[in-house]
Amino acid sequence: MSKEISRRTFLKGGIASACTLAISGTPAAAEKKPDIQLLTLIDISKCIGCEACVDACREVNAEKFPDPKKPFPKMFPKRVPVADWSDKQNVSDRLTPYNWLFIQNASVEIDGEEIDLTIPRRCMHCVNPPCVKLCPFGSARQLENGISIIKSDICLGGSKCKAVCPWHIPERQTGVGIYLDILPSLAGNGVMYKCDRCYNKIAKGELPACIEECPENVQTIGPRDEIIKQAQNLAKETKGYIYGEKENGGTNTIYISPVPFDKLNNAIEKGNGKPHLKPVKDTMENANNLAAAMFIAPFAGVAAAAGKYYQIVKTGEKNDEGGPSNESE
Amino acid sequence: MNQNKLISYSYIFTFFMMTISGFGQMPIFKRYYMADIPGLEWLAKYYITHYLHYLFAIMFLSLISYISMEYFLTKREKLIITTSGYVGSLLLSTLSLTGILLVIRNFSGHLFSSSFIVYLDLIHLGAVILILMTGLFCMVFNKKWLEKP
Repeated sequence: MSKEISRRTFLKGGIASACTLAISGTPAAAEKKPDIQLLTLIDISKCIGCEACVDACREVNAEKFPDPKKPFPKMFPKRVPVADWSDKQNVSDRLTPYNWLFIQNASVEIDGEEIDLTIPRRCMHCVNPPCVKLCPFGSARQLENGISIIKSDICLGGSKCKAVCPWHIPERQTGVGIYLDILPSLAGNGVMYKCDRCYNKIAKGELPACIEECPENVQTIGPRDEIIKQAQNLAKETKGYIYGEKENGGTNTIYISPVPFDKLNNAIEKGNGKPHLKPVKDTMENANNLAAAMFIAPFAGVAAAAGKYYQIVKTGEKNDEGGPSNESE
Repeated sequence: MNQNKLISYSYIFTFFMMTISGFGQMPIFKRYYMADIPGLEWLAKYYITHYLHYLFAIMFLSLISYISMEYFLTKREKLIITTSGYVGSLLLSTLSLTGILLVIRNFSGHLFSSSFIVYLDLIHLGAVILILMTGLFCMVFNKKWLEKP
């Protein structure tokens, strides 16, 4: 898969998304918009762990990083955790508000030989992202091209997005954001940060920084349908394994690995800021199934009331019919 | 228990559970120790409060549809809607409409613009707060939603 092909397929989606970005601001239901989601394929076997993507991400997105005001407001109650990464901005071995992409290492055995694999890890950009859908203030949002972003100007830093994310990707920085202007001690706790797929570069038809700077062409970006086909073909050719196509109902990041992902998951270091590679069920599925019942509910209520009315009318008619005969007796 | 009382208690319980599970969508119950109370740990579990909110929304929509239709069919000539009733109905309609739109938003796909979703969230939250205040006002000043003409 050449870089030219990935660039071309990407640009098709990029132009469409740039157009749709330009017309946002009104209820989208009112307009017909192209719905081209951009998917990134990450071929783990190509990654050499040079961290060029990590450096490029940090450089390009530096202007989006938090600039907290210190001292932080006193939090109430005291147990509210303060998350401060401003003195540890150079940390690059995990996700932080200043590091939206990191390289995860795994030593695994292939055909009896021990090899080291390196895996670029960042937000998976779910097709139906719970961080976006369950944010109570609409601070997290999904763009028409499938990229999910957190708007730092209206995020209160409640960290719900991190709690509902199956990979717990977003990271909080205290002392920054709109909560400082509202009730800084009582509500909010900063801003959540994560990979935004360089949405502003994509809107201009450019590639995300991590893809642009990768010397090994580890990543390929393009319209979801096309890239899924490429991923499936590649997995077939290399007898590889796919992660992300079905996880959480489908994500817009797909990994291809030469070893099964359960082995890879066992081999990587997991924990805060270091996401797993386990299978993930669709977190939005149960609630969306319940939603079907919600649309039937008003009809059930109306039908019950109509039934009651029918009974009243029927009883009234019976009484009317029975009345004269009683009188005649 | 007669049917009207059963409907009233069901409505109050449903609205209470919807309010609790709805506020549980915000990260407040853990912060403010409510989820530390034995038996209330679920208040800090977002997916549980999310499912409960949907379940009670199903009951709520059934109940308000039933109550509205029953009034229209059987009580319209005997009882009139008061100003409090109109205000309450308007707020309940706003709450239901914004809730339904937010449920639609949660399906896969990009249906509404992000700024529209922010408004939906704020109007939904505002509507429930106003309903609680209206309910309190009606209880304190004994204002009925329906009365004899």
